[in-house]
Amino acid sequence: MNNRANAIWAIIFVVAAIFLGWRIATGNFGRVYVKSQQVTVNADDGSVAASWETHTKVPPRDHQEEGVSLSIPRTIGLWAGAILTLCIFSFLYGDNPFYKTAESIVVGASAAYLMVIGFWTQIIPNLIGNIVPDWTRTWATPGLDPEAKADYVYLLPLMLSIMLLWRLAPVGGWISRWPLAFFIGATAGFRLIGFMEADFVAQIRATIIPIWVKDAAGGVDIWASIGALTMIVGVISCLIYFFFSLEHKGVVGKTARLGIWFLMVTFGAGFGYTVMGRIALLSQRLEFLFYEWLWLDSPTADAVSGTASLIMPALGG
Amino acid sequence: MYEFLKTLDRRWVFLLMFLAVATPILLKVTFPEKPSAMVMDVFNAIENLPEGSKVLMAWDFDPASRGELEPMASAFTRHCAEKKLKMYYMALWPLAVPMIQDSIRILEREYPHLEYGKDYMNLGYKPGNEGVIKVVITNIRKLYTTDHYGTGVETIPMMNGVTSVQAMDLIVNVSAGDPGTKQWVQYVATPFKKRMVAGATGVQAPQLYPYIPEQLIGLLGAIKAAAEYEQAVINGYPHLAKIATAKEGLRRMGPQLVGHVLIVLLIILANVIYFIGRRRGDSR
Repeated sequence: MNNRANAIWAIIFVVAAIFLGWRIATGNFGRVYVKSQQVTVNADDGSVAASWETHTKVPPRDHQEEGVSLSIPRTIGLWAGAILTLCIFSFLYGDNPFYKTAESIVVGASAAYLMVIGFWTQIIPNLIGNIVPDWTRTWATPGLDPEAKADYVYLLPLMLSIMLLWRLAPVGGWISRWPLAFFIGATAGFRLIGFMEADFVAQIRATIIPIWVKDAAGGVDIWASIGALTMIVGVISCLIYFFFSLEHKGVVGKTARLGIWFLMVTFGAGFGYTVMGRIALLSQRLEFLFYEWLWLDSPTADAVSGTASLIMPALGG
Repeated sequence: MYEFLKTLDRRWVFLLMFLAVATPILLKVTFPEKPSAMVMDVFNAIENLPEGSKVLMAWDFDPASRGELEPMASAFTRHCAEKKLKMYYMALWPLAVPMIQDSIRILEREYPHLEYGKDYMNLGYKPGNEGVIKVVITNIRKLYTTDHYGTGVETIPMMNGVTSVQAMDLIVNVSAGDPGTKQWVQYVATPFKKRMVAGATGVQAPQLYPYIPEQLIGLLGAIKAAAEYEQAVINGYPHLAKIATAKEGLRRMGPQLVGHVLIVLLIILANVIYFIGRRRGDSR
């Protein structure tokens, strides 16, 4: 970049910094207020079976209402979300340590989250819970069916899992190949059936349609007919484009060329949809920064906090 | 000017896009939406269900696609709640659990008369991708011995008589990729002829259109369809127009319009620069 461009970028960053500084000085942003409520569940005999406190996020304008208080954990989460969003956005200017830090946090947190979720939703209820249900009920999942009996078939997946982890051992790494072969074979067979039925047979059947579509009055529905014809021509020409046993010249070549046009239109539609998706994601993040963090007059003051709602339960907020 | 544009730093494009998206958000620019025929197919699939019908709400997305899919998930939730349908939430993505909790928060806040366990429940996440679908379509209790909160499913009233996903009257899937709509079509909608509607990200939508109408009743593709569906639900239930969060998708169409105009202008500009360069014999 030349000096003039550098100067313009410097001005943009300085203006943004001044704006943030002004918001910090006036103190009118970046806080989360909650309303606390006691919930009590009574047993059949009228005694209190369970009782807990819920915290519902309220709009900042209601912070002086009775029962509303500042939530420190949620405020920390809001700031963490905002700062990490800005760190990720900084990659657009160029690779930098802020981006790298945010990226590492995302990767680390996701890996840990997946491990914990996998342990509590699969290993405990579906493996340990099936092998030793009574013991699992005493310490992990009290809601487990009291009638459940031990099912020793589940020792087989346990054994396969141990064999899979054997690759971490200094010797006998080859043992992990057997369960791996089992998983690959099972998955391939599994997916083959799904694709054959839903993407092959059903799609062929869906293509066999009348070209002349009749409307309710018995006349020809021109637009529906054009749609049906376009679909059939598109399918045939695209199939011919991918048919390489015949040289692509003459009629075959022209049809294959038409197939390329259909493919290009499809790719264009895909690109357009992708742009739409990415703009939606950007606008959601900007809404979070503008409204939830900077309090620039939210149109959804009663909205559930985006990032904060994800982080806060973990912090006990 | 030609030289400047030819070597334009991409950071200027990013800045322009930031302004194009930020300005309509700050000015709260919105546009009216008219639901398309496809969106009305999705709407009618839910609208025509009798009260008390069972609907599987399979939320297969995470915060990365929240901006695009949450408006659909919220609109589906509100529509089913208005119709007094029984909602069974489940997820094949670990990070979809907070997305389900967001939908349940809508029910708790806007429909306090609906009761957990009788009108809606959260089955939670199970790892195993399409393996989970393959199991729950024949025996849901084999995998889901408890709900997300650890309550035994046999003690939850709305699980009475539900032994598999085949008991559902409709499957509503909101999907950001695999496993998602494709797998629900492959393992449930096609072999078991189950009625299904879906909402998908823009990236995914073109791959799913071939399933319509035989395998999928209808599809909401990207934020545009989400906004149209929100409008259809508001048209059907006008009191929802007062709830700001029921118009999230509609609100995001303002930035869409300006952002798309910018993209179109940039594509035209890039082509003009290319042809000028070719005429000048510029090889760069």
